[in-house]
Amino acid sequence: MNVKLRVWRQKNNDTEGGFENYEAKDLNPNMSFLEMLDVVNENLTDDGSDPIAFAYDCREGICGTCSCMIDGKPHGPETGVATCQTYMRSFKDGDTITVEPFKAKAFPIVKDLVTDREAFDKIQQAGGFVSVRTGAAPDANAIPIGKDIADLAMDAAACIGCGACVAACKNSSAMLFVSAKAGQLNLLPQGQPEKDTRVLNMVASMDEAGFGNCTNQYECSAACPKLISEEFFSKLNRDYMKASVKTLFKAKAL
Amino acid sequence: MNILHVLFKTSIGKKVAMAVTGFILFGFVIGHLSGNLQIFAHPDKINGYAHLLESLGPALWVIRLFLIVTVVVHIWVAVQLTFENRAARPDGYQKQITLRATLASRYMRWSGFVVLAFIVYHILHFTVRVTHGPGAYPMTVLADGTVVRDVHSMMVLGFQNPLLATCYLISVGLLSWHLRHGLVSMFQSIGLRTRPWSRFLERVSVIFCVLYFLGNALIVVAAMTGQIRIQNPLVAGYACRDACDVCGAINTEAIVENVDVAKDNQS
Repeated sequence: MNVKLRVWRQKNNDTEGGFENYEAKDLNPNMSFLEMLDVVNENLTDDGSDPIAFAYDCREGICGTCSCMIDGKPHGPETGVATCQTYMRSFKDGDTITVEPFKAKAFPIVKDLVTDREAFDKIQQAGGFVSVRTGAAPDANAIPIGKDIADLAMDAAACIGCGACVAACKNSSAMLFVSAKAGQLNLLPQGQPEKDTRVLNMVASMDEAGFGNCTNQYECSAACPKLISEEFFSKLNRDYMKASVKTLFKAKAL
Repeated sequence: MNILHVLFKTSIGKKVAMAVTGFILFGFVIGHLSGNLQIFAHPDKINGYAHLLESLGPALWVIRLFLIVTVVVHIWVAVQLTFENRAARPDGYQKQITLRATLASRYMRWSGFVVLAFIVYHILHFTVRVTHGPGAYPMTVLADGTVVRDVHSMMVLGFQNPLLATCYLISVGLLSWHLRHGLVSMFQSIGLRTRPWSRFLERVSVIFCVLYFLGNALIVVAAMTGQIRIQNPLVAGYACRDACDVCGAINTEAIVENVDVAKDNQS
């Protein structure tokens, strides 16, 4: 199959970017989208031009490195998959595919289709962890956790931090990411001691990075390669307000 | 951490501020509609109710100020959020498709603008009473002889004007549409939209908004089709028969006399 590509090319964050047209010929429909880009890049390299920069790592949908706004949707037309697992059979022969980087003030463009998602790392460092003593591994099931809670925490933990939620949101809000990362820990007993500081710090870090605000349209959830539910926002909002009110009345440390 | 800082400086706090003010305003419009629906009863009912509200004096101003502050906060935070959201993506995409956002949620700003314009006009029309000349604001007397503003006639006169009635229907329709997204959103923003009842909440909100619109539209339709008529003889231009005890109302002369006496007492 053959497709035409309109790809966003940009040298770095300081220069203006623009679309370039490419043709990808003789493709196997079972190639992944990234493999198709590899083929295009091979031809570009042979011609002596600059290959298209795009981010990838595991190519099996679990690392969250690949990105790209493909035909107006993060990770391409399919539901619940990342770009690396979007296959050319999802497009029609002769299609023109528009490929853009994830765009947000908090995600500066590094080059072409690669964006810097360091803001997510900073949010994680602000509270996306539990402090535990090192030493021998604790006994399995030493802390009993109900199946429904464990399942819900697992749903939140499925977040691969790719940034599709930010890319899909018209406000570039990172609520889905933050609510999943905070929610997965806040649901479990191990996350309780740091629950309040976690939500306060993670939300502060999110606000500081310049992400927008949630408008409750849930485009993020629909674009998420792991289909994480917007119900975690509700939990984050509740936990955040609880923590804020508690801080207001809490006694000061001596 | 200061609670004002949380409500007006943080992303989640601002959404909570929107939700809480939205909830107060939602309560107000429901109360307002309940008041309006009294138009289907005897004119004395709604006129007496309006008189009761007006005679609250200082308390009325406390309520009015509270509502004005609520509206101002709702709009102010919305404006802040809008500017922040625009700044969060300075360069938009060439192509972006909508995945699941409802139309109501995508046009909240526009429905909000129209409702704001409507509120301003509505207040000028019925509270400040400057838009339609003295003829549109008649007085009447209740069964107990109190001289009151004839809100019943004011409403019917308003809705008999096809332009006003159309604008009213559009505004109330857009308000219902605004609430269709707002109602569910306020629960989400304060963290009360949880899995067990999120679907129920969604459905009930839609039903509520439809009922709210129909309740308002019912009054307009009733006024336009003559189901509710002006019953103030001064406005309608006809006199009730003397000694008629069908409704126990007072005849034209009695009304004119009472209004004149009231005016004399005031001056």
